[in-house]
Amino acid sequence: MPTGLVVDQLVKSFGAVQAVDGASFEVERGEIVALLGPSGCGKSTILAMIAGLERPDQGQITWEGQPLAHVPPHQRGFGLMFQDFALFPHLDVYDNVAFGLHMAGLPPETVRSRVKEVLEWVGLPDFLRRDVNTLSGGEQQRVALARSLAPHPSLLMLDEPLGALDRSLRERLIQDLGGILRATNQTAIYVTHDQEEAFALADRVIVMNAGRVEQSGTPQEIYLRPATPFVARFLGFMNLLEGEVRVENGQPGVKTPLGFWPVKSPASGAVSVLLRPEQVNLEGNGLGSLRGKVLQRSFRGSTCQIDVNIEGMRLRFEFPSDAALPRVGQEIRLSFDPHRALHLMIAPSVQA
Amino acid sequence: MSRNQKSTIVNQKSVLLWLAPLVFLALFYFYPLGSIFQVSFGRGENGAATAFQDIASSPALWNVLWFTIWQAALSTLLTLAVGLPGAYLLARYDFRAKPLVQALAGIPFVMPTLVVAAGFNALLGPRGWVNGALMSLLGLESAPIRFVNTLGAILVAHVFYNTTIVLRMVGDFWSHLDLRLEQAARTLGANPWQTLRRVTLPLLLPSISAAALLVFIFDFTSFGVILVLGGPRYATLEVEIYNQTTGLFNLPLAAALAILQLGCTLGLTVIYTRLADRLARPLSLRPARSTQRRLITWPRRVFAVVMLSLLFGLLTAPLVALAARSFTRLESERGQPTAPGLTLDFYRELGVNRRGSLFYVPPVTSVAVSLGYAAATVALSLAMGLPAAWALARDGGSKLNRALDPVLMLPLGTSAVTLGLGFIVALDAPPLDLRASPLLIPLAHTLVAFPFVVRSLTPSLRAIRPRLRQAAAILGATPMQVLRQVDLPLVGRALLVAATFAFTISMGEFGATALLARPEYPTVPVVIYRYLSQPGALNYGQALALSTLLMVITGGGMLAIERLRIAEVGEF
Repeated sequence: MPTGLVVDQLVKSFGAVQAVDGASFEVERGEIVALLGPSGCGKSTILAMIAGLERPDQGQITWEGQPLAHVPPHQRGFGLMFQDFALFPHLDVYDNVAFGLHMAGLPPETVRSRVKEVLEWVGLPDFLRRDVNTLSGGEQQRVALARSLAPHPSLLMLDEPLGALDRSLRERLIQDLGGILRATNQTAIYVTHDQEEAFALADRVIVMNAGRVEQSGTPQEIYLRPATPFVARFLGFMNLLEGEVRVENGQPGVKTPLGFWPVKSPASGAVSVLLRPEQVNLEGNGLGSLRGKVLQRSFRGSTCQIDVNIEGMRLRFEFPSDAALPRVGQEIRLSFDPHRALHLMIAPSVQA
Repeated sequence: MSRNQKSTIVNQKSVLLWLAPLVFLALFYFYPLGSIFQVSFGRGENGAATAFQDIASSPALWNVLWFTIWQAALSTLLTLAVGLPGAYLLARYDFRAKPLVQALAGIPFVMPTLVVAAGFNALLGPRGWVNGALMSLLGLESAPIRFVNTLGAILVAHVFYNTTIVLRMVGDFWSHLDLRLEQAARTLGANPWQTLRRVTLPLLLPSISAAALLVFIFDFTSFGVILVLGGPRYATLEVEIYNQTTGLFNLPLAAALAILQLGCTLGLTVIYTRLADRLARPLSLRPARSTQRRLITWPRRVFAVVMLSLLFGLLTAPLVALAARSFTRLESERGQPTAPGLTLDFYRELGVNRRGSLFYVPPVTSVAVSLGYAAATVALSLAMGLPAAWALARDGGSKLNRALDPVLMLPLGTSAVTLGLGFIVALDAPPLDLRASPLLIPLAHTLVAFPFVVRSLTPSLRAIRPRLRQAAAILGATPMQVLRQVDLPLVGRALLVAATFAFTISMGEFGATALLARPEYPTVPVVIYRYLSQPGALNYGQALALSTLLMVITGGGMLAIERLRIAEVGEF
């Protein structure tokens, strides 16, 4: 008996555009799940279908085992926080937050105390009678969060809730948001195209691509073991090579355009090979080795990125900033431990 | 340069720009209106206010006032009842017939009242299609449906006229209203009805009230429709002013009625401008494309089909009936038996001086007269409207402009018959004796067209920001090129739109013209009215033929505007 939300083989197209193409995933009660993917990958459309604002062409959504197909949005008991908040401009802060409580037909005293409670959670206790049109972006975001939390939604969906805000504000609000969601043990789906937001907030991350689920796992699993070249590229990894798992000289390993490296893998045949940028050293200790010319050096704070031309391919590596680093134009030799630095993905091709 | 200095210079330029339009309004709006005051208060044996005592003590006139108010209120409610669902359909859904409906919806707005009246006459009148069909089907001797000279005819014609205002004002606003506000309400537990009541309607309220008020003002001062379709039993204030002036020559009483009507419409106009201001409340409006959906579910499709049939029927039936009837002979004429069928006789007759009279002019001459007046109106209203619009666009927030803006809109709240009456009272004696001047009618038309011209010019003049010209200059454009590439494309189309407004308004204007036109130079609407009020199938046919011509001319103008419309949200 599944608890929480089950999304099964959803399909939705708008005219010729296939927005969602067979997406399936589950969200358990109390879990915070991030839907991560580039814009246009169907994340927001999935939220709209879960909320009941869009009708799936195919597939089914169930909550606590109950199919939702014929339940109208206002009877689902879910909350949805929109990207640009969609606060009602004709109502003040109090009436915006109280809207869902009024709809539930709660008595006035309950409404009043609940509005005060959620506004305190989001840190705006004195904003009751403020005009929402005069609020700053961060304040609007908090009011929108308070409004969607107030009616105790069994599932809260947040559609790029920090997308419209500047970076420093975002950092702070991610912390606050995570705190509030966990304090209330809120089941939530968080849609974003920003991996940092997803990793910081979610118990589990679902990476989406072209209307389909590409990988699902904890933030660590996703980061350490991306399942497909798409996930690896989306996370910002550049060093992807085509490879083939085979045995050479009696030793199992992977053959790539840059050489053969011994590695144990359950996979066989064509694979995509990720060479981790931080698992490479200049000291020359390791079974794998590469030679190339430094193209570019870029200081990133705690690390320094170095782009190297290796047999016509541009690969990128990261070193601690305090290491003695080669100059641009210098010929260097890089070495690595294949078991730690290589990650193999089953995929036909790594063509970008 | 200090701020103060700069604003003084701006003000001086604004004053210069205002000069011509204000002198024009002073001479041809305020002076005639002042004369109406003088006539109603000044004559009379007991000094002031005799005419008002006459009104107060006459139950008949009280009835006129009461009828004017309640027919306008009822018409407005019916217009909203048809217009709001239509506005919803056009605002929220995307379907293939939409551009067509939008283009059609624009047509009634510029259709001369007389054409509309003739159209309904051709459809539902005693000689119209419906009655004709019923008579031949059921073998009846007389027309079974009585439409002309009923209250129903007045209401239907008003709905025909003003639905387009609701579709445009509410529909435009609605189509830009963020769909997510309604979705947010749904996810917060509001059912569709609660969403409509608590979110959508409150957000639409300013535009609905503004549209309703404008519709009410138009219905309140309705003239041609009441005169032709309402018949002798029904009179609004406007019709009564006309009757008192032309039929009874009771100028003081007409003047007093005009003042009464002016007071009502001015009060409403003030409310209207206030509401129009509130439309600017901080809403993040969305491009219409993002708020529209396709008609996918069956209940929505059924709603769309019903609504579209109603709109199509309402907007096209009278006009199609009019055009078709003008080419059809249904009965014998002058005792000579002729087979019923298609005919061009009605059009041929337009060029014939059947009475052979020296003073009688063939009807087709009136087309030339109307075109001449319209050309003069275009020139005059652009000459007056352009500087005023320019001054408004330069600095809309300045005190001078904020004070003068509503003054420009005053003619909109003043009925055409009142304007005509003012001209009769004021301009037929020194110091300004224009009785014989061919400019008299274009001047009156210019007053009616003036608010429309200013309103269509101001937004695009405002769109020419100094930044744009600077950007063009930095990109290497010479001053001539800036004028050609930036200024003209932006203002050129607005000028054409304004000119077309002035042209169509002048072609169709009837209220003021009915009072002012000289018998030897009648305009097209005046001749149509003449034919409609005379008996006989030939007269009737000629009225329809002439109406069809006028419909083609003004409809063509309106289609031109539709193609040239610049801003997606018009100010009307």
